[in-house]
Amino acid sequence: MSAHGHTIHVSEAPTGFVRKYIFSTDHKVIGIQYFLLALTAVMVGLVLSVLMRIHLLWPDAKLPFIANGIMTPAQYLALVTMHGTLMVFMVLTTAPQSGFGNYFLPIQIGAPDMAFPHLNMLSFWVTFVSFLCLVSAFVVPDGAPISGWTAYTPLSGLGQISGPGEGWGQTMWIVSIAFFCLGSLLGALNFIATIIDMRAPGMSLFRMPLTCWGWFVTAILGLLAFGILLAGGILLLLDRTVGTSFFLPAGLVVTDQLQPHSGGSPLLWQHLFWFFGHPEVYIAILPGMGVASHVLSTFCRKPIFGYKAMVIAMNAIGLLGFMVWGHHMFVSGMNPYSGFAFSIMTMAIGVPSAIKTFNWLSTLWGSKIHFDTPMLFAIGFVSLFVSGGLSGIFLAQPAVDNLLHATYYVVAHFHLVMGVAAIFGIFAATYFWFPKMFGRMLNEKLGKIHFWFTFVGAYCIFMPMHFLGLAGGIRRYADYTAISYLQSMRPLTMFVSFAAFVTATAQLVFLYNFFWSLKNGPKAGKNPWNATTLEWITESPPAHDNFGGQYPSVYRGPYEYSVPGAAEDYIPQNLEPSQVAREARS
Amino acid sequence: MSVAIPPVETRKPAAPFGANYGGPPIRFLGNDGEPEPWQPGRTPQRTYTLGMIVGIGASSMFFLALVSASVVHRGLAGNAWIPLRPPSLLWATSALALASSSTLVHARRKFKSGDIDTFIRWWTITAVLGICFLGGQLLAWRQLVAQGLYLASNPSVSFFYVFTVAHGLHLLGGVIALFWISWRQSHGWRKSPGISRSKATSVAALYWHFVTVLWLLLFSFFLIGG
Repeated sequence: MSAHGHTIHVSEAPTGFVRKYIFSTDHKVIGIQYFLLALTAVMVGLVLSVLMRIHLLWPDAKLPFIANGIMTPAQYLALVTMHGTLMVFMVLTTAPQSGFGNYFLPIQIGAPDMAFPHLNMLSFWVTFVSFLCLVSAFVVPDGAPISGWTAYTPLSGLGQISGPGEGWGQTMWIVSIAFFCLGSLLGALNFIATIIDMRAPGMSLFRMPLTCWGWFVTAILGLLAFGILLAGGILLLLDRTVGTSFFLPAGLVVTDQLQPHSGGSPLLWQHLFWFFGHPEVYIAILPGMGVASHVLSTFCRKPIFGYKAMVIAMNAIGLLGFMVWGHHMFVSGMNPYSGFAFSIMTMAIGVPSAIKTFNWLSTLWGSKIHFDTPMLFAIGFVSLFVSGGLSGIFLAQPAVDNLLHATYYVVAHFHLVMGVAAIFGIFAATYFWFPKMFGRMLNEKLGKIHFWFTFVGAYCIFMPMHFLGLAGGIRRYADYTAISYLQSMRPLTMFVSFAAFVTATAQLVFLYNFFWSLKNGPKAGKNPWNATTLEWITESPPAHDNFGGQYPSVYRGPYEYSVPGAAEDYIPQNLEPSQVAREARS
Repeated sequence: MSVAIPPVETRKPAAPFGANYGGPPIRFLGNDGEPEPWQPGRTPQRTYTLGMIVGIGASSMFFLALVSASVVHRGLAGNAWIPLRPPSLLWATSALALASSSTLVHARRKFKSGDIDTFIRWWTITAVLGICFLGGQLLAWRQLVAQGLYLASNPSVSFFYVFTVAHGLHLLGGVIALFWISWRQSHGWRKSPGISRSKATSVAALYWHFVTVLWLLLFSFFLIGG
């Protein structure tokens, strides 16, 4: 099948190693750089969580990577902080949007590259500096900060006096976040400009694959949200370094010393942080929704059910996401009327989420499902998103949240809905696009082993946490053996920890599969999944300018599967209608 | 048994924007009034305008966060907030900002009429006015310091410094861009696949006017809110 295209010679591929692989402006190389950055970060974050789970079981155990061997409560909090920060920023924001988005957005819309390739390179390297700043918090005097990934003031604003890690560690954390904001803003700008202006002829907005819609809405959210965090971060840095009082009230006494601040408000930080922080949750999950839709349609051999409803739902989620930040602050104290408004808006997000879920299930309904590994992970995404999302409706009630906010119930909720679900989106994308990115297939058997261990494991880790939370298990406590009413929870805690160890170990299967298949996997053709979108008409991996000078025109929507009367059960987006009819007749 | 094959085209999903088979996709922003032919493999020139508009949006969110933070802060701080009278020098710097935007308009008019030398002169004058603005801000800070008002003296003063420094950095970026463009113009614009010389001037001008408007808004905010 060939399609009419526009032949043009674009730009020479760079030849030197540095220009080709390090300071590259090629969106595909940058996408892989982001992906590897996220892969590094996720491994560090995973090790941190395993150390935390070991400590919860055996508080006196001697642990590797811990100063003096035995973890102190402060070190436990430092691990909580770094685990959260690494996972939210460097993994969930970086891999699905900047990683896969960079690689596949231009190809899926038929463009040779992002709109501003040099800016794209800058985004990555700024993000890389941010990553270095963040991990440097481990090695500065007194180690990593203890104030959580939300860095609540006044704890995070006072400096050394408020605890270990609150000196240099917290400062490096803020610097890292500021760089990350800059990198993400530049990236979001590039994504938006690329989607609006770089689409191939015929690629109308409503013919874009749902992945592109996911990246588009995410980019808009990022553009509007990261500037807020940057502003807040700068104010927090000033509070710490030059003694301003943006977030620090008068009369604070820390270790018997009256702090010289006056007039600031810790609530202000929470507002700024969560005005960013809630859209950030959708920044993590929306690309996963796009990937899940894309993969479901491909492996059901069926058009996605309700394409336009999917697009509208994504936009609605993005819009509502800016109006619900207060639900993170129910326990911080607020006017009951605002609490009520935030509660209603939060539950309203259930509507577009339910539309998406309904459409995913309807896509599956009555179709010939191909259970390849990407499909398993996409179905897993839907399952985890629903399981995690349902508890969100309970937590949206201020009265319920007041009880549960500081417990493991919330930990279970957000891990399932935005943590593991988004990770499943990333895995689905990895298994789906690996052949395109590296020209070789991943091993299916290892992929399935990886899926089942991860899927069952994730439920075994996070489902019991709901019960821990309902029973009053407080999150962020480093030691469950010291408090009598928590001791009855030890069996459940042990179950969770062992599930975590097994699940973490199962990720080695993925790593082995990934690196082994890079060299030894069977060669993938152009289109191993018989899919319709434009990335599958390119070589695997694609040429420097993606289409080898043959730019496609687009004649149809992205999910033309099992069209009655067509020669094959998929029609690529760039196939001319006359050619489809000709092939159908022959 | 023979089955009648339905024509494939009838099953095409209705696409609201989809009537343009083979034609250029719909464009939204930054067209400058002239349709640009679709060139595959290239970033269209209008995209630079679009990128600048999007960037201005991001920057606006940053300042909006600071403005709302200062409004909220003032409400929460009660008596701890001592209103700041902005230094009178800011009237002069505001005039400089306005003047720089009008010299820029003049420079662009010269550029469009093809008078490159006069264009470069007025363009450079604009950049110099920008530097004067920054010098004026520096003097205004000195005035505050002379009154004993430092960064940490009071939340109102802290916010004033943060606003003016953040705006000053934006303007500094603009000055660098103006000098870079006038340097490239005077050395002959090297042909490259990137931004064209006329697009570079129009995008830089857009940014410069944004920074001017931003300053006027911030200044009126100081005057009202203090």
